Amino acid sequence: MFFSPELGHYALALACIIATAQGIFPFIGLYYRNSLLINLTYRLAYGQCIALSVSFLCLIYAAVTNDFSVENIAMNSAVSKPLLYKITGVWGNHEGSILLWAFILSLCGTVVSLFGRHSLPTSLKARVIAILGLIAAGFELFCLTTSNPFMRIFPAPWDGQGMNPLLQDPGLAFHPPILYAGYVGFAVPFAFAIAALLEGHVDAAWGQWVRPWAITAWCFLTCGIAAGSWWSYYVLGWGGYWFWDPVENASLIPWLTGTALIHSAIVVEKRNTLKIWTILLSIGTFSFSLSGTFLVRSGILNSVHAFANDPARGIFILGLLGIVIGGSLLLFAYRAPLLTETNSTLFEPLSREGMLLLNNILLCSLCAVVLTGTLYPPFMAILTGQTISVGKPFFDATTIPLAIPLFIAMGIGPMLPWKRAHLWPLLNKLWFVIALTAIAALIASHKFYGLLPLVCATIAIWIIIASLSDIAQRVALLRAPFLTSINRACALPRSVIGVAIAHIGVGITVLGISAMSQAQHLIVEMPIGTTKHLAGYDWTLTGIAKKPGPNYMALVATLEVRNNGKLIATLHPARRHFNTQNQTIAHVSIASLPFADLYSVLGKQRTIDHTTTYVLKLHYNPLASWIWGGALIMVIGSAFSFSDRRNNHFRHILHRQHLSPSVIEAL
Amino acid sequence: MTRKIRRLWFVVIFIACFGTAIGLILRAFSSDIVFFVTPSQIVFSPLSYHRVVKLGGMVVAGSVHWKKHTETPTVTFDVTDGLKAITVIYRGILPDLFREGQSVVVIGTTTPQHTFIASEVLAKHDETYMPKEVADALRKSGKWDPRFGPPPSDIR
Amino acid sequence: MTHFSPLTRRRLLMSIPLIGAMGIGFSFWKMLTDMSAGTFNSHDINTPILNRPVPYFTLPGVIPQQGFSSTELKHLNTPVLVIFFASWCIPCLEEMPILLSLKNFLPLWGIAYKDSPYNVKEFLHNSGNPFTRLAEDRHGLVGIDWGISGVPESFLIGAGGIIRWHNPNPLTEETMTHILLPLVKKISS
Repeated sequence: MFFSPELGHYALALACIIATAQGIFPFIGLYYRNSLLINLTYRLAYGQCIALSVSFLCLIYAAVTNDFSVENIAMNSAVSKPLLYKITGVWGNHEGSILLWAFILSLCGTVVSLFGRHSLPTSLKARVIAILGLIAAGFELFCLTTSNPFMRIFPAPWDGQGMNPLLQDPGLAFHPPILYAGYVGFAVPFAFAIAALLEGHVDAAWGQWVRPWAITAWCFLTCGIAAGSWWSYYVLGWGGYWFWDPVENASLIPWLTGTALIHSAIVVEKRNTLKIWTILLSIGTFSFSLSGTFLVRSGILNSVHAFANDPARGIFILGLLGIVIGGSLLLFAYRAPLLTETNSTLFEPLSREGMLLLNNILLCSLCAVVLTGTLYPPFMAILTGQTISVGKPFFDATTIPLAIPLFIAMGIGPMLPWKRAHLWPLLNKLWFVIALTAIAALIASHKFYGLLPLVCATIAIWIIIASLSDIAQRVALLRAPFLTSINRACALPRSVIGVAIAHIGVGITVLGISAMSQAQHLIVEMPIGTTKHLAGYDWTLTGIAKKPGPNYMALVATLEVRNNGKLIATLHPARRHFNTQNQTIAHVSIASLPFADLYSVLGKQRTIDHTTTYVLKLHYNPLASWIWGGALIMVIGSAFSFSDRRNNHFRHILHRQHLSPSVIEAL
Repeated sequence: MTRKIRRLWFVVIFIACFGTAIGLILRAFSSDIVFFVTPSQIVFSPLSYHRVVKLGGMVVAGSVHWKKHTETPTVTFDVTDGLKAITVIYRGILPDLFREGQSVVVIGTTTPQHTFIASEVLAKHDETYMPKEVADALRKSGKWDPRFGPPPSDIR
Repeated sequence: MTHFSPLTRRRLLMSIPLIGAMGIGFSFWKMLTDMSAGTFNSHDINTPILNRPVPYFTLPGVIPQQGFSSTELKHLNTPVLVIFFASWCIPCLEEMPILLSLKNFLPLWGIAYKDSPYNVKEFLHNSGNPFTRLAEDRHGLVGIDWGISGVPESFLIGAGGIIRWHNPNPLTEETMTHILLPLVKKISS
């Protein structure tokens, strides 16, 4: 019994104390110029991470060994639960997820101290680690006081209550860690921003340190959002993938500002301008990440996914948020005006900077729209007592008109030179893209009903073609011998290729979203052996069988989908009855074809006049898998640009010198 | 291009984008907000028949009827707020949590006959309601006291 | 604005995010405090039953106690708290000590919701009986008319059978002393 809950509890308390020390020592050390204290900080960061790993292992150990004397395990686990879900269930509930949150934060602190060992100026690095320590201390205190995962209960029950069966799903098991890694990852740019404000100095090198962190966090957040959306697509069985639910919006808002951040950080890095704006974005992105967690847990928002809510808990997080966000914005208001843009460079509106700025403003407008839509219902409820809900129609009407110019700019931006561009050469580059897009739109118009989906699809094609043509022009494809083009492609900076890949990913996702608006569905009652026709396919219910699962009993239907008599797919939608919770969950069955998803949900069975019929919901979802595929490509592209040798920290270890802006420009 | 002109450009772009955003929000608020109504509000102050609303209330016990005039399962049930009841017509699969006597939220439009055509039915578990599975779980965890009679397995 | 120095002006401009965040934070704080006080619930379906007369009903009593009807509530001159509860509900059990202390301040009329008389009697025998009158709503039909979404729920009935206050949660010490009792005092005076 080494990994006892008490050890976990103790390790958590220890981590909290270490984190506090980690947050205070560097400031004292910097004040008295004591390098010993500063060097101690790095060790404290490792120590905090180790303590939290022990704490986390203890909780996992308790879950795996079915220690139901721990309240958290008793409430969320059960003997019959499969091992994988016992482990992943640790972070599926409020207490465990806060612990995971703190753990990832301490991991970030460790990585900063490890990787930035030589490349970062000492004072900046010490401050960054100190700020990460302070945030971690706040969260660990929250964990200890209001949501302790190691609380014991007496007498211990024989069996736990089990997890919500909806959460028993491999997709969801790994969704929270990825999403949290994204949320928490933005703590590092935040800490950099605060450290820069404290130092009163921002330069291009600052942008260069922030951007890899922002990109990493953004990649995780993108994966997390995509996984969450995929989960709701194939678990909830509603046939949709995004419901503009407050919890989903809470992750989308930091994603939007985070996307703006990774673009504005490029401008800081390459052009040494837009610094104050980038700092504000860093603060804003992390603030939104934090607030998202808070909103989900406080019970203010009416959501399908809400955690068990507790206003007392909410007050604590709100206080924590007030200190973190209020404090940082106060510091921003006081110190940012002193950061004058001294050697910043001027640029014309039509230039790469101009397009990046336009991208930032549009993304922030989008963020403002989503924020308004999310907060409007609770605000109206408290101001007027009127209950309203803001849903898909609102978000469609407000976000699409803002997204379209953003996507158009996305195609043009990478083609433009820094500082100033001229209209004629640009149009010269673009006429071919415009022509191709027009042809593609004409072809697409046969497949799409309604103007708006067609416009969105056209824009998506525009992004893809423009990104491809940018690369083609850079390698002088078809204008130079093919081998020269290949050589030039190999010599292209990875960041250029990464940008093109990421933008193509966006295009693919947008194409998937536009195509999904053309989805068709049918709700039918079918006896066994009957056939229904939907979207050019014949769907035949061939049989129903009972199959036991690890902790449920399933009723599985067999559905054969044929096209012109040829068997395309066999679907097995099921209804799973979980005995522990006495809950029945429909298990969706999907066949992903390259250009469409065949999606089926089994409903209740009914017997009328001795014939048993089964309610089935059949969906034909064109290009559905492209939505998540696109997100994956975005992440791959970003990771690719991240691996650009120009971002490589190790180069600093070799050179140990600050790059002058002229060198950066030359790169 | 001087600093001043550049700043002017920024301000123009900024105002244009955020102005558009605010305009879009206001326009959407005037048409795309879904209001929450109760059956008596529909009866006493009829709404426009095109407007999508959310109707909230309790499902009247014994009012759920299945129809089968088409292949798509159609169900009708009454939703009440204690003052008036409204008949809801829904084509589709009712959610697993849908039960008579429980609160329900229905999204759809009204008709001139004071019936409601639902496009979506959302049943919800109110946290104040003690669902059977929760009661069972509490009993198992030692918080249920068997002195107070048998667990509520057959009452509902 | 001209008498501010450029730095102060920039500072004022850059405190806009702070002011915005403070506004939002304050609203959240208000929502949370109202939520814990029970006056605000974002999950609520608005109950229009408030400030209206009680719906029509007549319910039999749980012997030996006497049942009651809407007519009786309408003829009242002093406030009464009507409580829907059930023996199978754990929050109801947790609420009982509060009710026992509350019965010294105003009469409590109970309605046993979807419950058998035997279980109700056992339940009250064990926890203590705070109810002056006790009716039974075996099939939960009256509960539907009152628009309850679960048990326990309590309604404060003022003179003339008007519903003055509705609490869709278990009563707590805090709700009792800070909301209910001041309200009773206000109505009675």
